[in-house]
Amino acid sequence: MMAASRPRDEEDSMATIPQPRAWPGPDLTRVPYWVYQDEATYRAELQRIFEGPVWNYVALESDLLRPGDYRTTFVGEMPVVVVRGEDGAIHAFENRCAHRGALIALDDGGTARHFQCVYHAWTYDLRGALIGIAFEKGSHGRGGMPAGFCKADHGPRTLRTATLHGLVFASLSPGAPALEDYLGDEVRARIGRVLNRPVQVLGRFVQALPNNWKLYVENVKDTYHASLLHAFFGTFRITRLTQGGGVLVSPDGAHHASYTIDRADDRDSTAYRDQGLRSEHAGYRLADPSLLDSVDEFGDGIKLQILTVFPSFVLQQIENCLAVRQVLPRGPDAMELHWTYLGFADDPPPMRRRRLKQANLVGPAGYVSMEDGCVGGFVQRGVATAGDEVSVVAMGGDGAESQETRATEASVRGFWKAYRRYMGH
Amino acid sequence: MAALEPAPARLLPLVAQLNADYARAIDDDRLEDWPGFFAEDCLYTITSAANHRQGLPAGLIYADSRGMLRDRVAALRQANIYERQSYRHIVGLPALLGESGGAVRTETPFLVVRTLRDGRMDLFATGRYLDAVVEEAGGLRFRERIVVCDSSRIDTLLALPL
Repeated sequence: MMAASRPRDEEDSMATIPQPRAWPGPDLTRVPYWVYQDEATYRAELQRIFEGPVWNYVALESDLLRPGDYRTTFVGEMPVVVVRGEDGAIHAFENRCAHRGALIALDDGGTARHFQCVYHAWTYDLRGALIGIAFEKGSHGRGGMPAGFCKADHGPRTLRTATLHGLVFASLSPGAPALEDYLGDEVRARIGRVLNRPVQVLGRFVQALPNNWKLYVENVKDTYHASLLHAFFGTFRITRLTQGGGVLVSPDGAHHASYTIDRADDRDSTAYRDQGLRSEHAGYRLADPSLLDSVDEFGDGIKLQILTVFPSFVLQQIENCLAVRQVLPRGPDAMELHWTYLGFADDPPPMRRRRLKQANLVGPAGYVSMEDGCVGGFVQRGVATAGDEVSVVAMGGDGAESQETRATEASVRGFWKAYRRYMGH
Repeated sequence: MAALEPAPARLLPLVAQLNADYARAIDDDRLEDWPGFFAEDCLYTITSAANHRQGLPAGLIYADSRGMLRDRVAALRQANIYERQSYRHIVGLPALLGESGGAVRTETPFLVVRTLRDGRMDLFATGRYLDAVVEEAGGLRFRERIVVCDSSRIDTLLALPL
């Protein structure tokens, strides 16, 4: 029965639990800096977003071709195992033994018939169900588990899984809509545009970033910065705001896809030079231009498409350089970015070589991405004592709708629109 | 890879000197000299032990010509944004693995400490250089230098070459 008034000691203990702070106002164009610093906010994000009614990218189907093939990864900070079951379905469960909580799987991936915790040899099947307990009946008639212990009642938390175009997503929440509905038709089509046939992993790297995870997600959604921060882009006209393109924002604001289309009338544009912008160096030319020897492999003239799925997934097509990136929070002021470089399984050797060369653009040493690696840290350090101040996100208005220009921050506002809904702000 | 013939031991000090000169050029911020340690037709890539073991070909840096190395230096000097930093390479003794196709295969361990603008120092990378060294224009050059980092995890960014 609910008590009409809580006992005093419970009230006192509630008062000591840090609560997420209140949002300063309804406007999407202002974001308080405490959101990148506050410990209680961070803990609430792990619960309400990553472990809430969202879909987290966890693996590629190509990692899980045969029954028993598995990968270990994370949903937020929760360690998870993703595995192809005997039934052919993909299962995901918390990488935590139901006995004493140790990790069940210790490798990045592999093939298993079952999983056995190293600590006390409790055993799980490929669905994460507890199927064996060492010395369950004890030894010589003594010890062992209580007679009434039911293995089926004990196991790590299991996650729903869903696949789309070779991507595996997982959700801890029964309240998450079906993945197709979560993404919407437009975003789904943009994923399918790139991942239109079986992929092959070309490499994996981890980039440890000294900033809150949201600063990285905002950076990826920020179409305004790309050609200003990244001089490499601007100079070689890979993407410039004067080129064609735009940004698609899902109706709930959560997901986005930005794209650049090469336009002949941009070739002579002097907009960057006229504004004295650092990112255009007229005299800068490549000694080996084969780096940018691209082909229009998708046949639609789109040179660059950057797509996010809330909260933590990025699909990238920069020319012929393809990758997925997984954003993993590691505390209020740290995160990991897990890069998986991709080609297609049917790539002929020249296309494979082209992708390897163009990978110079991305990753921790990327001509473009190295700057995204450090700029989040610049913000994290810059706002060190500015928790009560706000950032200005007003390019292109105050809405979060799709726009036919990239000189806008619409998709960043979309992120905050979705974030506030999940967080209850 | 073709079977390896034994490499002449006289090359050992020459390869060690090449490695020392290479490391000094980077650590002394003479990046413009860096492409000159490679043959015109070369392969330079930075990968990790896990990728290398699994045969995954992508690198953090992947250059298959000296021109691409010059472009890397030009980008670092003119285009890219990163905080001022320097490396200190500690390069171990090269092992001469053998000779094949006119190139000497060598393997050399390295350790790199990165010092940032604010004075913070980190053990940034350890690993091994897997090299194919050729004699060219009276000196030794790298036809191939595969930098295999022990870890796949890079702190913040990798700007200067290893």
